[in-house]
Amino acid sequence: MTEETIPRRRFLLGAGIAGTAVATGFNQTEPAAAQAAAPAAGAAAPAVAQPEPLLALNETEHAFVVAAVDMLIPADELSPCGSDCGIATFIDRQLASAWGGGAKMYRSGPFRKGKPEQGYQLALTPAEFFSAGIVAANAWSRKTYGHDFDRLDPDHRVEALKAMQDGKAEFADFSSRAFFARLLAITMEGFFSDPIYGGNRNKAGWRMIGFPGLPATYINLYEEYRDKPYVVEPRSIADFS
Amino acid sequence: MAITLKETDAVVVGMGWTGSILARELTKAGLNVVGLERGAKRMPRENFTVPSVRDDLKYAVRQELFQDAQLETVTVRHAPGETALPIRRLGSFLPGTDLGGAGAHWNGMTWRWLPSDHKLRSHLTERYGKNAIPPEMTIEDFPVSYDELEPFYDKFEKLCGVSGKAGNLRGQIIDGGNVFEGRRQNDYPNPPLTRSMAGDIMDKAARSLGYHPFPCPSSNASQTYTNPEGMTLGACEYCGHCERFGCEANAKASPNVCILPALLADQKFELRNYAQVRELVYDKAARKVRAVRYVDTRSGEEYEQPAGLVILGAYVFNNVLLMLTAGIGEPYDYQTGKGAVGRNYCYQVSGNSVAVFFADKEINPFMAAGAHGVLIDDFNGDNFDHGGLGFFGGAWIQGGTTNGRPILTRPVPPGTPRWGREWKEATAKWYNHAFGIGASGCNYAHRENFLDLDPTYRDALGRPLIRMSYNFRDNDYKLAEYLGGVLERLGRAMNPTIMGKVNVKRGDYNVVPYQSTHNTGGTMSGADPKTSAVNRYLQAWDADNLFVMGASVFPQNTAYNPTGVVGALAYWSAHAITTQYLKSPGPLVHA
Repeated sequence: MTEETIPRRRFLLGAGIAGTAVATGFNQTEPAAAQAAAPAAGAAAPAVAQPEPLLALNETEHAFVVAAVDMLIPADELSPCGSDCGIATFIDRQLASAWGGGAKMYRSGPFRKGKPEQGYQLALTPAEFFSAGIVAANAWSRKTYGHDFDRLDPDHRVEALKAMQDGKAEFADFSSRAFFARLLAITMEGFFSDPIYGGNRNKAGWRMIGFPGLPATYINLYEEYRDKPYVVEPRSIADFS
Repeated sequence: MAITLKETDAVVVGMGWTGSILARELTKAGLNVVGLERGAKRMPRENFTVPSVRDDLKYAVRQELFQDAQLETVTVRHAPGETALPIRRLGSFLPGTDLGGAGAHWNGMTWRWLPSDHKLRSHLTERYGKNAIPPEMTIEDFPVSYDELEPFYDKFEKLCGVSGKAGNLRGQIIDGGNVFEGRRQNDYPNPPLTRSMAGDIMDKAARSLGYHPFPCPSSNASQTYTNPEGMTLGACEYCGHCERFGCEANAKASPNVCILPALLADQKFELRNYAQVRELVYDKAARKVRAVRYVDTRSGEEYEQPAGLVILGAYVFNNVLLMLTAGIGEPYDYQTGKGAVGRNYCYQVSGNSVAVFFADKEINPFMAAGAHGVLIDDFNGDNFDHGGLGFFGGAWIQGGTTNGRPILTRPVPPGTPRWGREWKEATAKWYNHAFGIGASGCNYAHRENFLDLDPTYRDALGRPLIRMSYNFRDNDYKLAEYLGGVLERLGRAMNPTIMGKVNVKRGDYNVVPYQSTHNTGGTMSGADPKTSAVNRYLQAWDADNLFVMGASVFPQNTAYNPTGVVGALAYWSAHAITTQYLKSPGPLVHA
């Protein structure tokens, strides 16, 4: 693994720059519609391609996560790609959080395989679950495509993710369907949660749909905006702090 | 060894709605009361402030205010004979913890049962014949009538400052209120919340079909209100952060806002936080609970608190657990049908819904209150003829929004992929143009749905977990299919640009997706001590100084969110304790 870490890191750095270029282009060429009230904040987005310091993920895991979230949330006129929205950062920090370490999960044995309706029955914490899942996904990707998932071209990555979603990707000792479900859930959490957690960078997820973020109150706006679009610069926890 | 403390007049287990009400009524009657709360002391001024309280990930998704499943959970199996496994991560239901309990983070829908809900078995028998109720459907009459409980419904509504519109005021039927409700002596304390755009659409569609829409009775105050305790609620801000969140505006009624400030200022009351009750000390010969044993989770020290009167105000599962581990009342046996404790566990037939999409309407789903929809009760309880339908019961049906928080709420038309470019386009296009119609169905008791002690799994205190044997039954599936038809009609009557797929509850009970935190039964209130755990005053048949609060006393679950009934029953029981029991301690009903 040691030999592979350095080239993978370089590869990522290149991908990061490319992704940021897409993001910047979006901000410059999309003046009205979704961005109506927010041109200043959009233009102010920093074009930083510095590698992120990682808390929970190793380089291989991080590469997988970036490659996956950029397919789940592809760059287009509606938003930058997932990693440029900070979703890989979000996932890394979440897996390092108390939640990632299994807080609020009942973790006493015996551990038995149950029916799907009995819910999650593994001993793994979320951090351990993703770690094991990424190993299984990459092993399957190598067997199926000859490369780790992050080295696949975008079309093959989409195809691979669909195979996981449908449970058709046969991971060794791991449910690809369950892995994908958690991956998609945490990606959406990263796209739409408050930017305080590192995702939803520049409130890209909120801008995409027109969610105004936090209100102090709507009591005085409620009637005024009946059946009218409420277009404002979204506000986050940091904007109130 | 536990350290034995000085005896107190009354000890209350759990400081949510019921514990707070009982503690307040008992101190008013002159008793010294100790309140034991397993969680932290959480008060709005410190804990529910902007901006941190508007954190969707922390509160709605990572479950900040809910019971810690690492310490306490339940096991679930679909049928006796299967192996129950623990709910390792809360999903289907989300019990609260900390001061105020679930009362701090509910949505605020505040109901009374229909008069017929109070006497369900005899009502259905009278209307449909004595063989109409299937033998495995173990529904019962509630031993308190609507008329008896009415003043206490009224009292709880005034405590909460419920906003709504009467549909039956002293017998006068009023259009625009719930015309199916029981006769009420007073209108709601506050007028309804301002109706939303989605509510307008629901109202019009329901009327076009001949139904009777009305605004949700809501414990989100529509205006500033001072309750009979002298506590002031603010006006709802329509902030869209209600269920799963504390209320920054003090507009959502909670024990923390409506009652605890008065209680905590009373010298006769002592609150002990981090007090996890381990067991009840039961003197079977004397038929009394002598004390409550609890662990201080900060020090690990165990204490025994003797008390003259013991109030169980924990959530359903802990009420049942504490009764079973103390040996109070006969445990239910599904094979013989005998026994009381654990009997008639019920839930809610939810998950029946349809999304409607309007290209030309701006819904602004994020400007919303928790209990804010427009509803119909035309298909609730026995408000419609069940002759030939093959099921009993019904649902409230609601149209509207409670929030637009996008981690969990972003409807897309049917057929949309769940990720990628097409998903982005559809989500961006429809986010502000959709809302849902949902039906919350009743759940009637079944002989093989019950609670007992798990033989394998244990909680952090080393006690057995409660084992839930539960599945939806024929009655529930037929009800859900029927509701699907109603939802289809309502959706079409709205003439939406796109109508979503009508979701109908099918398949086995699944612990993963959120459905409802309306778990009921297990310490049923009834007229027969052989089959019920508590009498009509919520007094344990087998321990006259033990009173059991909450929805664990329900014989079955109606479609209605339980808090309104639970609050009224707390006042009803407190009234019996203070006016009868304290004068002459002993059984209030002779078996």
